[in-house]
Amino acid sequence: MAKETGIVSWKELALGCTLTEPGSAAQLKTGDWRSMRPVTDFELCNKCGQCYIFCPDMVYSQNEEGFYEADYYYCKGCGICARECPKDAIQMVEEGD
Amino acid sequence: MGKRVGMEVSIAAAEAVGLCDVDVIAAYPITPQTHIVEHLSELVADGHLDAEFIPVESEHSAMSTCVGSAAAGARTFTSTASQGYALMAEICYIASSMRLPIVMAVANRALSAPINIWNDHSDMMMARDTGWIQTVAENGQEVVDLIIHAFRVAEDHRVLLPVMVNLDGFILTHMIEPIILPDKEEVDRYLPPYKPKMRLDPQNPLTFGPVGMPEVYTEAKKAQDEALKGSKAVIVEAWREFEKQFGRSYKPVETYKADDAEIIILTMGSISETAMTAVDKMRAAGQKVGLVRLRLWRPFPAEELIDALKGAKALAVVDRSLPFSGGCGPVCVEVKSALFDRGLSPYVQNFLAGLGGRDVTVEDFEAMAAKVSDGLAKGLPMGYEIMNVRE
Repeated sequence: MAKETGIVSWKELALGCTLTEPGSAAQLKTGDWRSMRPVTDFELCNKCGQCYIFCPDMVYSQNEEGFYEADYYYCKGCGICARECPKDAIQMVEEGD
Repeated sequence: MGKRVGMEVSIAAAEAVGLCDVDVIAAYPITPQTHIVEHLSELVADGHLDAEFIPVESEHSAMSTCVGSAAAGARTFTSTASQGYALMAEICYIASSMRLPIVMAVANRALSAPINIWNDHSDMMMARDTGWIQTVAENGQEVVDLIIHAFRVAEDHRVLLPVMVNLDGFILTHMIEPIILPDKEEVDRYLPPYKPKMRLDPQNPLTFGPVGMPEVYTEAKKAQDEALKGSKAVIVEAWREFEKQFGRSYKPVETYKADDAEIIILTMGSISETAMTAVDKMRAAGQKVGLVRLRLWRPFPAEELIDALKGAKALAVVDRSLPFSGGCGPVCVEVKSALFDRGLSPYVQNFLAGLGGRDVTVEDFEAMAAKVSDGLAKGLPMGYEIMNVRE
């Protein structure tokens, strides 16, 4: 796993920096760029999935009840989901609050 | 062994590529490279060479096609010069970074402006930092030999880097010279079929050329630098094997009457043969002058160079492209750096000669030797001068 994220010695990189494992970008943690975090009020959410559609990364996925939950490993805090949510169910909250 | 026949060097270069069983040629014509790719297109069209000839719309596309072709595992060749190289340059960095063993012949030519189709080394010096292996030919036979050598080195799994074979535009490309083209069987014994280490294959998918975040870029470049430096041993080994097979010997740094020389002229490319005549003339007059020629430009053979220069009191280093206000031309920069790193300080004067096709004569080399001799005796300041410029 470390090999694909590039946190390795130059001696361990594949020839020409080739990626030998499909989908390895999923290992890249982009969540540590975030200063604001989206928080969903599931009382307002109607499971429309707009947050999932508009998210430029791979933050949202449906849980067993059909609600869309955020995976903060990927969330960069861009706020697109909060802006697009037709029910205003998503609020951007300052990290550390 | 093949017969020695009179042949235009460009035609011989194309025939050499054909002898190497190349799979794909993607090229765009540009003076003075044109005859090389023109003859290759004829070889393919006439059924003498079983290869794909892809006539692209620009040099940028030529090298892009070569990258795709080499990544798919095909033996790949292209050729260009001057402005064509300039347009191609972006993809040349990608070819070496992706470790693709493309071979390219560059018919060295000046860069515009003013528009000039004649020979100097501006294009190959622009390629200096692209991470390609660069070899330099002095005559037609060497062009043939270096092309065959280039495929063997590029495809060696200890190397896997693109190789640029430099030949002086017109002075070599358009000259008819006596050339021995090796037999196909001889070339087959020297050059095994290309076995890619990694290639684009739907059965075993790989991502070539991905993004490299700050966490990986430095390590990627370090790996590439080590690969280029490490290629020198394989380059030398492949020349030794070449000598065993074909009887002609090549070294990273070639010398001529340099062993006891007090003054050494340092050249690269076809002007070296003129310089030899000048050395003979000065030796006959009792002057201890010798010649050192760079056969390998990248990876730079610093150790071999220092070994060849030892004992010399003064050096006349010839550059064939301008440093534009830098300390000296690109060849002289490397020479001075190699000397400084080892605490050596002979008198070094840099001569910019043969720009945009201007002839470099025997008398010019005599003048260079006289100038460094004078400079050493009088302690004149070192630097660079443009030879024979009209005031």
